Amino acid sequence: MYDVKAVRRDFPIFDNGLAYLDSANTSQRPRQVTGAMMEYFEKFNSNIHRAAYHIAEEATDRYEATREKIRAFINAASTKEIIYTRGTTEAINLVAYSWGRANVKPGDLIVLTILDHHSNIVPWQILATANGANIEYVDIDDRGELRQDQFRELLEKQPKLVSFSHVSNALGTINPVHEMVAAAKAAGATVLVDGAQGAPHQRVDVRDLGCDFYAFSGHKMLGPTGAGILYGRRELLEAMDPFLAGGDMIKTVRVEGTTYHDLPWKFEAGTQAIAEVIGLGAAVDYLDGLGMDNVLAHEREVTDYAYETLSDIEGLTLFGPPPSRRAGVISFALDGIHPHDLATIADRDQVCLRAGHHCAMPLMTRLGVPATARASFYVYTLKDEVDRLAGSIKEAQRIFK
Amino acid sequence: MSTPPSADDQFYREYILDHYKNPRNYGRLDHPDISHEEDNPLCGDVVGMDFRIKDGVIDDIRFHGRGCAISQASASLLTERLKGIPLDDAKRINKDDVLGELGIEISPARIKCALLPLKVLKVGAYGLAAEDEE
Ligand SMILES: Cc1ncc(COP(=O)(O)O)c(C=O)c1O
Repeated sequence: MYDVKAVRRDFPIFDNGLAYLDSANTSQRPRQVTGAMMEYFEKFNSNIHRAAYHIAEEATDRYEATREKIRAFINAASTKEIIYTRGTTEAINLVAYSWGRANVKPGDLIVLTILDHHSNIVPWQILATANGANIEYVDIDDRGELRQDQFRELLEKQPKLVSFSHVSNALGTINPVHEMVAAAKAAGATVLVDGAQGAPHQRVDVRDLGCDFYAFSGHKMLGPTGAGILYGRRELLEAMDPFLAGGDMIKTVRVEGTTYHDLPWKFEAGTQAIAEVIGLGAAVDYLDGLGMDNVLAHEREVTDYAYETLSDIEGLTLFGPPPSRRAGVISFALDGIHPHDLATIADRDQVCLRAGHHCAMPLMTRLGVPATARASFYVYTLKDEVDRLAGSIKEAQRIFK
Repeated sequence: MSTPPSADDQFYREYILDHYKNPRNYGRLDHPDISHEEDNPLCGDVVGMDFRIKDGVIDDIRFHGRGCAISQASASLLTERLKGIPLDDAKRINKDDVLGELGIEISPARIKCALLPLKVLKVGAYGLAAEDEE
């Protein structure tokens, strides 16, 4: 039995009755994560890979231990395929820069989707402008699901790159990633999956998935901000030039030229986010302890409940697919009440709700709304918090009636 | 740590809601002397204003837009204040005047909403002044 009450006891932020419904934005962190970071600061704070004394060895070991935890977490073939970044945004930018500039040629096609987060759109727009490539976007249907027919048509044009999210942060749509990756690979494209809303919430097996790159952020999976992951297939990473250059990513530097470090360090220039990476390792341990299948089942249960509860409220429009094809994210609008006004009223009840465009302005334009309100759930979310949200919605309706 | 406003505060006072639901001076003017629109992309608020100026005085004004109660009520309140005053006086209206008129505690997250109509006034009015000098 999944004991959500016990889980919550590991998160001090809930001690004062906060209903936190914004985990798709950033999750909360348990004591185990902050504790692992504190231990580093207080017991072996030092730089990694450089110094010949024991605390630096300890720091290096812990920093590298996270890499193996992440490798196992997503079932990558080797730790050489696990690159630390600051988060999903940096991971995608790394690929757009290091892989994109060398491989995308004038007239090439890049296929993205209208569902995507700005961080999976803007780097490609910059690349397309720099290299003279074109971008086409897969549209959604009325339920907020990607139009697979249109996706297949675009694949016939033999795109160089296809990039899409595992799960939409704005609508919660779970994209059929296995089918989409397989089809895109069959069409000869290089494929990146933005897993910012994927890996934190369900078991991911990158080898089974078959994508070339998979990006995600530690801060959305109980870890601290400032540490995220780029998974890349070794063959591609080996062939790519570095992204940032400087200390640590080199083997030898001579005035005539430089040889780069081996994978994965080739892509990790400068002093790294050591405490954050160690914290991320503790977050993976924590999630492994819960079991990703249990995490998914718990979120399903809360999402089903929330979907039903919110569906019953008059004057409320839900966006996105039915609960069976949706992750723990619910976007909605209220007749006559702007999402920001709802969020302000909810805040008075200690209910944290997101209101805005969720970094998905093309999607908002497509839906024909300036903004939505969004509730999102995670390992610690209670049905009671959903009830509190419903209470805030009714209070807003009373005030605005 | 910042605390959310207490449950008994008057954030959504009756007159704010009234201005939101029954905005004053709402609509467009034919052939305005000044017309300007601004938006706040973060939340999708839009406010635009049309001005008719006669002998340096704001003879008539209309606003249009969409968005949250704060931005729209603030626009409605501002038009009431602007109607019939000299443009030079209008230019002197500042942030504190607008927030004072709203008369509620505005959190940092919502200050942009409250001040969007003022931005429309400032950019619009100074835009006209620049044209005059040409
Ligand atoms: C789908 C998706 N992609 C990318 C990102 C960007 O992640 P980060 O801000 O951690 O780089 C987010 C986070 O908001 C997201 O939800």
